[in-house]
Order: sequence, then C-alpha cells, then structure tokens
Amino acid sequence: MNHWIILPILLPALVAPMLVLAVRHDVVLARIFSVASTVLLLALAVGLLVTASAGEPQVYALGHWPPPFGIVLVLDRLSALMLLLTALLALWVLLFAIDGADVRGRHFHALFQLQLMGINGAFLTGDLFNLFVFFEVLLIASYGLMVHGGGAARLRAGVQYVAVNLVGSSLFLIAVGLIYGVTGTLNMADLAAKVPMVPPGDQALLQTGALLLLLVFAVKAALVPVQFWLPGTYALAPAPVAALFAIMTKVGAYAILRVHGLIFGEGMGEAAHLVQDWLLPAALVTLATGMTGVLAARSLGQMVSFAVIGSMGTVMIPVALYTHQTLAAGLYYLVHSTLAAGALFLLVGLVAERRSGLGDRLVVAPAFAQSGLIAAFFFLAALAMAGLPPLSGFVGKLLILDAVRDGEAAAWIWTCILVTSFLAIIGFARGGSTLFWKSAAQEGRLGMEQGADSGALSFVAVGGLLAGLLLWTALAGQVTPYLEATAGQLLDRGGYVDTVLETPGKVIEEKGHGAH
Amino acid sequence: MELLVASAVGIMTAAGVYLVLRARTFPVVLGLALMTYAVNVFLFAMGRLTVNLPPVLTADAAGYTDPLPQALVLTAIVISFGMTAVVVVMALRAYLESDTDHVDLAPSEPVEKADRP
Repeated sequence: MNHWIILPILLPALVAPMLVLAVRHDVVLARIFSVASTVLLLALAVGLLVTASAGEPQVYALGHWPPPFGIVLVLDRLSALMLLLTALLALWVLLFAIDGADVRGRHFHALFQLQLMGINGAFLTGDLFNLFVFFEVLLIASYGLMVHGGGAARLRAGVQYVAVNLVGSSLFLIAVGLIYGVTGTLNMADLAAKVPMVPPGDQALLQTGALLLLLVFAVKAALVPVQFWLPGTYALAPAPVAALFAIMTKVGAYAILRVHGLIFGEGMGEAAHLVQDWLLPAALVTLATGMTGVLAARSLGQMVSFAVIGSMGTVMIPVALYTHQTLAAGLYYLVHSTLAAGALFLLVGLVAERRSGLGDRLVVAPAFAQSGLIAAFFFLAALAMAGLPPLSGFVGKLLILDAVRDGEAAAWIWTCILVTSFLAIIGFARGGSTLFWKSAAQEGRLGMEQGADSGALSFVAVGGLLAGLLLWTALAGQVTPYLEATAGQLLDRGGYVDTVLETPGKVIEEKGHGAH
Repeated sequence: MELLVASAVGIMTAAGVYLVLRARTFPVVLGLALMTYAVNVFLFAMGRLTVNLPPVLTADAAGYTDPLPQALVLTAIVISFGMTAVVVVMALRAYLESDTDHVDLAPSEPVEKADRP
C-alpha cells in the first residue's frame, strides 16, 4: 500500500491543532508553519500526480480493512489533478493572506489548514459517507473563514451561508440513507457493481437518492436553481477566503463527476444516465444566469461572484455530456476557471482596501494607490475569465465548443457559450473602465482603508496566479495527453471497480503466503 | 411501528422546513435542529426496523439488526450537534452586530453597504 496517499489529509490535520495549541500567540511562527505545510502539500501533490499518471488507480485501505468493509481512499488521475490544483491555489492565496489579512481575526491559519484537509479528503475518498464527513470538515472550516474579520454584513451573510449548507447536509444524509437502504453498501466501487442489480421495485428509492445527491452537489457547485447563496457569500467574504472558495465550487463539480459518472452512468441498468437530462439544461441556464449577473453587478465582488457562477455552468456542460472528448476539455477549463476566479477575488480585495469609504462599489471615483498595476492585472484576469484570446479561457472554451460539435445539443451549447462570453466581455469592460479608466480623469486621490497594510506580497500572489494562467495556456498542448488519459480513466468504470474491490485483497493474500 | 416512525420523520421534517422558512434566527436554529432529528431517525430506519435482535450475526441468532446505520447516525449526531453550536454562536454575533435577526439579506440593505475591513 502506498502510504503517501493519506498524507494530504494527515498533514493539515496535524498542523491545524498545532497552530491553535502551540503557536496561537505568535503570528510570525503561525505564518511560517502554515506556509511550510502548504508548500509540503504542493510537493506531495506533485509527487502523487506523478504516481497517478503511471497508470491504474491506487487504493489506500484505512486500517487495512479490505473494501467494501472498510473505508478506502482512491488516488487516480482526476483526484491527483484536483489535489495539485488545490495546493497551488492555496499557496498563492496564503501568500496574499499573510500580507495582513490573516491578523484581522483569530485562527485564520488553523481554519485554513482544516479547510485544505477537508478539500483534499473530499478529492481522495472512495466512500460516500466519508465524502459527507469531509464535506462537513471543509464546511465547518469555511464557516469560520467566511466571517474572518467580522463586520455586520459579513456575519449576516455567514449565517445565511451556514443555514443553506446545513439544509444541504441534511439532504446529503437522506440521500446516503436511501442509497444504503437499497444497496447495503456505501463504497463507491461496490455501489457501481451493485446498482445495475437493484430490482425494479427498489428503483424509485435508489433514483430519489441519486437525484437528492445531485441537488446537494449542485448547491456546492452553484448550479441554477440553487446558486442563490453564492453571490452574497463570496462577495462579502474576505478576499483571500473568497479566492480559496474558488476551489469549493469545483468540489461540487468533482463530486457529480465522480458519483454520478461512476455510479449512475453508462451501463447501470435502469438508473443509467439518470441525471444527464437535468444536468445539461441546468448547466446552460447557470451559464446564462451567471454572465447576465456580471452585467448587472453593482460591485466588483458581485461581478466576480456571478462570473464564477457562469464559469461553473461552462464546467458542467462537459460533465453533463460525459464523453471522452468533452471531459478532457472540461477538465482543462475547470483548472483555468479556478485560477482565474482566485486571481480576480484577490484583485477585488486589493481594490476594496485602496478605496476608502467606497470599497469595491462600481462607481466613478478619484484614482487610488497603485491603480495602474492593479488595472493591468485586472485586464489580464478579466481577459482570461471572459474567454478572450490569447489566454486559457479562450483555449478552454474552444476545446469545449469543438468537443460538443457533433452532439445533439450542439446548437444550444454553441449559442449559449458564445452569447454569454460576449456578455462577460461587456460586463468586465464596464467594471474595468469605471474603476480604472474613468477615475484617471477625476480630481484628487482616494485614501487607503483603515488598517490596510498590504504590500508587495499581495501583488506577488496575484502575479503568481496569473503566471499560472499563462503557463496553463502555454502548456495546453503538453497537458492534453494527461487530461485525455484522465477522461479515459473516468470512462473506464469496470477498471475502477476491479482495482478498488480486488487490490487490497491480493495484498493480504501475498502477505499471508510470505508468512508461511 | 413503521407508521409511527414514518410519520415521526415526516412531521419533524415538515415542522423543520416550516421553521427554517421563517427566516429569523431563532426559528431557523430550531428548524435546523428538528430537520437533523428527522434525518437521524430516517438514517436509523434505513437499516430496517427490528426489535430485540443482536447487531451481529451468530450461529444461533434468529436474525440481526444492521449496525452500520447506527454508526452512521452516531457520526451524524456528533456533526449536527457541533453545527448547531456553530450556527447559534454565529447567529448571536450577527444579531449583536447588526441589530436584526433576519437571516435573509433584506433588500433594504444593499449588499454593497458592507463594511469591508
């Protein structure tokens, strides 16, 4: 068994209590530990990516209990990619946060590490109930991070966020209960083996469970009609936290990809293709809603939040179609949209703290400190988010358009993506010209927000994320084979089931022979 | 027994949903608590309703009760208990800071009036 697989969960789980118990009074030490842990996570993720790209999914049986009796972690190409993306985003966001934002409330670093633990666990687990537990871990940490720094409006948005997610958790448990009641198992591979054999009499219960799960994951992924919580939450969260939350919506997309692709996908008897009919229209409406919201936004934070909703719609179109080509294109776009959203949220923070009394509201006002550099960064990030050449947003949308060309819904998807890209361009152009261009003609100068002390490190963080976008564009050709192999692995359901249900048993047998 | 458990789950869920939709912090907290109770009973029932049976399969036992949902319920209880505590604390802070216990962001207070630190 490859013990490296569990380290992305263990490392933050060990660092977080140490940050609370041992170094809570020493900001410098806490920053050092937090950054060191995140750098290690990044190294681990790179190592696991190399391991995963060697071939078959790898199984880690906790406590050496053979699946389906024990809980398993499964490392395959998709989870390795998501781990690397999380660690990369987290590192830049953390660099931004240690530039002043982390001392505006308590326990930022501990919560940050717990959040990473939850996200990594959700990407690695191969068990449905364990997925629920890791969802709760990442949610509890996110409640704390969301209200970091306080303020009346932020706290009220936080309570709303908690209430929505608690209802979501209840639905998750009901869905898990239904699925367990029908199949008698919660191991994903075992479920994939048992779902085709569910008798017709139990299909109604099973499919209700599957659709409830879709609803829960859709809340996380901010799909219409359950996207309403996102703009209020993300626009009011502190900038580094909102940037980290860019990966949280992807956790929802990942869960749909994993659970509904594997368990309720092709060849699963009556439950096959259960969610496809719902998912594609939902994705298209999400895309349209999000990008229309970009046009209507009254603050920069709202604008970026709606852009995140729109990009989730784009991510979910390939997931709904679930073919080899579309999945590869979708994964490319998923990585891009996470980095772009992260960079944009960090920029919102930089703008807001430089406009004393105005924050990130989209009103014409005098110029503010370093507006030239911020404008240049915003221009790049907005180009990427709207999907204009030459950045990765353009490449990603092009790949998706090309992949869906021969499908039935091609006309709908093409229209939707092209029109919404245009809306996004208008929206971001309006935002950018209001904040940066028109301000140049104004008299006077805006002061910094009280307590704002961000320096060069914030710009390094934003620059790092933008460099990641540039790299992702430049390396589009090189990463395509990996993404296509990932898509192939996702479609090879039999291979996944065989690997998970058989490998640990073989290991035990070999050990037994060795002892004789 | 089936009718009793099923109606208990149904009534608790209905009451929970109603209270959550009241959109004031105190009813919302109570509603969320009721919903988690309903979910716990529901999860428990998914291991099938049996009386006086051991949780393990032995040679002389007439049957067994499924222990796994009971373990799941235990985890769910712990998590929902912690969550209730979190939401109570956050609701209290939000009430003290903003002098209103509405959970929804009322339209009279536009989002952009947020005081960003």
